Amino acid sequence: MIDVSGLPILSLIIFAPLVGAIALAFVPGDNVRLVKQVALATTLVTLVLSLLAAVGFGAAAEYVLPGSEGSSGFRYVETVPWIPFFGILYRVGMDGISLLLVVLTTTLTTISVVYSFGPIKTRVKEYMISFLVLELGMIGVFLALDLFLFYIFWEIVLVPMYLIIGIWGGANRIYATIKFVLYTLVGSLLMLVAILATAFTFQAANGGDWTGAFDLLTLRAAGGFDPTLQLFCFIAFFLAFAIKVPMWPFHTWLPDAHVEAPTAGSVILAGVLLKLGGYGFIRFALPLYPQAAHDLAGIIVVLSLIAIIYGAIVAIVQPDLKKLIAYSSVSHMGFVTLGIFVFQEQALQGAVLQMINHGIITGALFLCVGVIYERTHDRTLARMGGLSKPTPVFAGVFGFFVFASLGLPGLAGFVGEFLVFVGTFAVSPVAAAIAAFVMVFAGVYLLWMFQRIAFGPVSDFLKGLGHHLTDMDRTEVLTLAPLFALTIIFGLYPAAILDLIQQPVTDLLVALGSAPATGLVP
Amino acid sequence: MGGMSFAADPHAGIAAVTQAGSTEQLLLTLLLVLPIVGFTLTVVLGRRLSRPWIIAVPTIIVVWAIATYLSVQALIGDAFHGGAIQTTIYEWIPAGAFSVSFDLFFDNLTAVMLLVVTTIGMLVHVYSIGYMAHDPGKWRFFAYLNLFMFSMLLLVLAANFLLVFAAWELVGLSSYLLIGFWYHKRSAALANKKAFLVNRVGDIGFALGIMAIWTTIGTLDFVQVFDLLPAQLAGGHIEQWMMVGICLLLFCGAMGKSAQFPLHVWLPDAMEGPTPVSALIHAATMVNAGVYLVARSSPLFATAPEALILVAAVGIFTAIFAASIAFTQKDIKRVLAYSTLSQLGYMFAALGVGAWTAAIFHLATHGIFKGLLFLGSGSVIHGVHEEQDMDKMGALRRKMPITHWTMLIGSLAIAGIPPLAGFFSKDEVLGEAFKLGFQWVWLIGVVVALMTAFYMFRLMGKTFYGESHVDPHVEPHVHESPPTMTVPLIILAVLSVVAGAYLGLPLGDSTIHHWLAPVFHPALETMGVHAEPYQLFGIDGALILVSVAVATIGMVAAWRMFGFFRIHDRLDTVRALTARVPTLYQGSFHKWYFDELNDLLFVRIGGRVADAFAWFDVHIIDGAVNGVATLTRRAGDEVRQSQTGRVQNYALGIAGGLILIAVILLLVGTR
Repeated sequence: MIDVSGLPILSLIIFAPLVGAIALAFVPGDNVRLVKQVALATTLVTLVLSLLAAVGFGAAAEYVLPGSEGSSGFRYVETVPWIPFFGILYRVGMDGISLLLVVLTTTLTTISVVYSFGPIKTRVKEYMISFLVLELGMIGVFLALDLFLFYIFWEIVLVPMYLIIGIWGGANRIYATIKFVLYTLVGSLLMLVAILATAFTFQAANGGDWTGAFDLLTLRAAGGFDPTLQLFCFIAFFLAFAIKVPMWPFHTWLPDAHVEAPTAGSVILAGVLLKLGGYGFIRFALPLYPQAAHDLAGIIVVLSLIAIIYGAIVAIVQPDLKKLIAYSSVSHMGFVTLGIFVFQEQALQGAVLQMINHGIITGALFLCVGVIYERTHDRTLARMGGLSKPTPVFAGVFGFFVFASLGLPGLAGFVGEFLVFVGTFAVSPVAAAIAAFVMVFAGVYLLWMFQRIAFGPVSDFLKGLGHHLTDMDRTEVLTLAPLFALTIIFGLYPAAILDLIQQPVTDLLVALGSAPATGLVP
Repeated sequence: MGGMSFAADPHAGIAAVTQAGSTEQLLLTLLLVLPIVGFTLTVVLGRRLSRPWIIAVPTIIVVWAIATYLSVQALIGDAFHGGAIQTTIYEWIPAGAFSVSFDLFFDNLTAVMLLVVTTIGMLVHVYSIGYMAHDPGKWRFFAYLNLFMFSMLLLVLAANFLLVFAAWELVGLSSYLLIGFWYHKRSAALANKKAFLVNRVGDIGFALGIMAIWTTIGTLDFVQVFDLLPAQLAGGHIEQWMMVGICLLLFCGAMGKSAQFPLHVWLPDAMEGPTPVSALIHAATMVNAGVYLVARSSPLFATAPEALILVAAVGIFTAIFAASIAFTQKDIKRVLAYSTLSQLGYMFAALGVGAWTAAIFHLATHGIFKGLLFLGSGSVIHGVHEEQDMDKMGALRRKMPITHWTMLIGSLAIAGIPPLAGFFSKDEVLGEAFKLGFQWVWLIGVVVALMTAFYMFRLMGKTFYGESHVDPHVEPHVHESPPTMTVPLIILAVLSVVAGAYLGLPLGDSTIHHWLAPVFHPALETMGVHAEPYQLFGIDGALILVSVAVATIGMVAAWRMFGFFRIHDRLDTVRALTARVPTLYQGSFHKWYFDELNDLLFVRIGGRVADAFAWFDVHIIDGAVNGVATLTRRAGDEVRQSQTGRVQNYALGIAGGLILIAVILLLVGTR
């Protein structure tokens, strides 16, 4: 086994995609084969590096912030002064939650790159560079422990996604991508203001010393910001993250973005980008501004409940396959914010689980939509029907992920949702009862969708395609297989995730002043 | 959890729970491993096998053998002294205080359920070799059947509420796959979706009930819940109304899976599936899951008499409601489907009055004779070339003698004619209801018994007697089914004759009572129910006479109208009769318009509501977003002479706002 303890493993993971992107810049664009090889090699190396970090995670020492007592909960921490005048650091670190999200990112990026080999025919080099830069940004967000650094990575993510939708997207791509970028930009600029306000306050309170003013660990340990400042900063962070999740009523950019994005773009959008918001709440907004989080939790819980039910109801009547799944994401991500803001141990664990599992399952669903789209160049449900007959393997795989998304026990979606339910019930049975109605609504839109695609007689539209209507090819099987396996593994053995997130969840609840529930049994 | 053991004293009220020995652990695990391996192998290899059943059927025969061995050990060999064994496979969800293990649990109730599930499951597997012989997709069929067996076995073996819920959803999945087996039929695709969704409505309750159990009692493990509950109730940690709430929530789940009114609508449509599926899943095993859940939770329900009354009321209402529909249906499988609803209603009525053992007794005998009747109807449908309308049958008894005789036995059994199986169990349900003070349940139950005998012999008469109305093209080809189909029928017919007497005798001190006494003892203790001496020449005998009398009346009436000596003016009598009560006839024939009502409420009105939500999303929420953007652009246009493009203008507006906010924040933050 390779020992990673002596290596700056996190920096390697972050910058490996950058190295690949730079290398790609020197590859002639018409040598598509080499472009693909370099891109794939880069994502594979990044994936392997993230897996090495996972393997060594248990044995790695936890970082202790100088001058503070107790562990910070982060491992592999690297600190380099970056802009010393303002105390801005290049500081990265990893806990169980970020480990899971990084591995999710490297896995889905690899799958997306492989999947794109077929469908992407124009400007392949630029496309691959965009994906690698995107990967760099996403990993950076999950690993940054300095607020300014976090902000930089957060904004880096925006640029390649803007290009991916805007250049390789569908007919209405310009509208969708500008909407996506502006909406997200509004939130993130507000967040920048809040970051600056927090740093200024900290610096002023420390007699003008900028040391640690942008450092999450220092700020978290200092704590106790003025309630009014907390409120303003929390609202600013909240808007940034709520738009990203997206929470109701900030969600309308998502269906447009999904519909126009190329398949792999949708996979990353649903699989990773939406998680940036949930992660931001857990990593930054809650520990920095616990008082404000408490004050506003009620409203956020209500917004989450609306998202869960509303998203599901709107999904029911969507005529477009991608829009339907986009609205289902609004509903599913509602569980993440609900689980976070009831401040309860099981609910918070469920929220993290839901982030990972939604990434896997919805990523897979978008790949399945891609399989249909590649053959029909259409996503209109009304034109589909009877795919079980000509493409039985695809129908089986698609059905598998439909039921995973439905929360079938034994598959990954169930455990996270149920933990959010249980934890919410312990705090507010009424909220849990409202959310529980999604069990039926989700059934309605998912089974309706599946019926209209897979069952009944083969539709005239599909018959017209004749021999073009082939079953899944090797690349498609290869890209869906790992997600298939993970869906079963995390469904049967959620301990693989739960063991990793137990400590960060407990730490966060302690920081929030909500002691973890011990159950009622003495 | 598996490691704990309690004092082995059945008289103390708590059945002993011990750690399973290594043999038992292996056998219990095999019961689950074998069918899931069978499923996986059949999915992967099935299409390439010349006999696609070659993995699935032997697998279930082995499962049946293991289950029978374990059950006989427990019930007859008394190997676990009336107690239970429990074993931990692994920890499934370790989320802090919420810790759920993959634990298996085996007591006498499990043993009875295992016998029913695996015996009928095994016979249906064998039967399907013949029934599905000409279907090109039969590998899928056998794969799904094995998946169902795995799920159903997990359901009865699970040691905690969440694992039962998991299995509950998995049997729902297998049911979905099998109802929609002929997926190219639109009706099948609609029926399986309906079944799954109606079940999900009940599951909302079940899931919330599980959450309530965990938040109030702090565990989901059966043994621990039942063990902790009395002290927590006595100590005032749990209010009694909470128990009522929990039980009602659990009952919601039971109503869905066991198709009780008003969640009954999915079961008749589920007949779209191949007939062996109707026999196994939608008559003999899965639909019993709700009954099993309530029986398994008897210590909870015993503390909530208010909930039990509702269980009894819903049960007996479903019994008479469904029987009234079975009267007039023309599709042979639909008659049997409504009959199943009605009989499940009996079981819930029994649970509701506190006759726990009688409910499980009826579950077992009903599984046998209804399995028989469905497989028999499958044989008929097979014989007349996929025709299900009884108006296009008749006079089949000579051409299909084995099917006729076995179905006749099944009909006598369900009608409650002694000494067949249904007589003993139905009599026990009704007798106990009467004696426990629920005379109204008894009275309705007796009426249902009359109706049952009538509609069953209407079915027999229209199918096997009178003149043939079979399509003349099909008529010459009508034939008895192959031995793979008739042998299971004969075995089930024999069981329908002997099982009732074996389990139900001696009256008042029956075998099944001995088997299940340790399971239901705590509940009966809590409810303060004590068995009174059996009076064959008193009240009990009188109740038996009434039951048998009404059954005979129903049978004879149907026999005269539809039976052996049917002549034309009798048929006219039937028409005249129905013409005299057109409202009742039409109401019954149209299933009291529940499908229409659901269509109106959930498809038409519900669809409009969803449309309204979607409109709101596009025009109001997204409209506001785009409106803000347009406003910003207009403002930009007016402020600036030259238009530089949308992005920059947006950015300008945003930046302006941001600077404003930043100033405010800094003023506030540094104060």
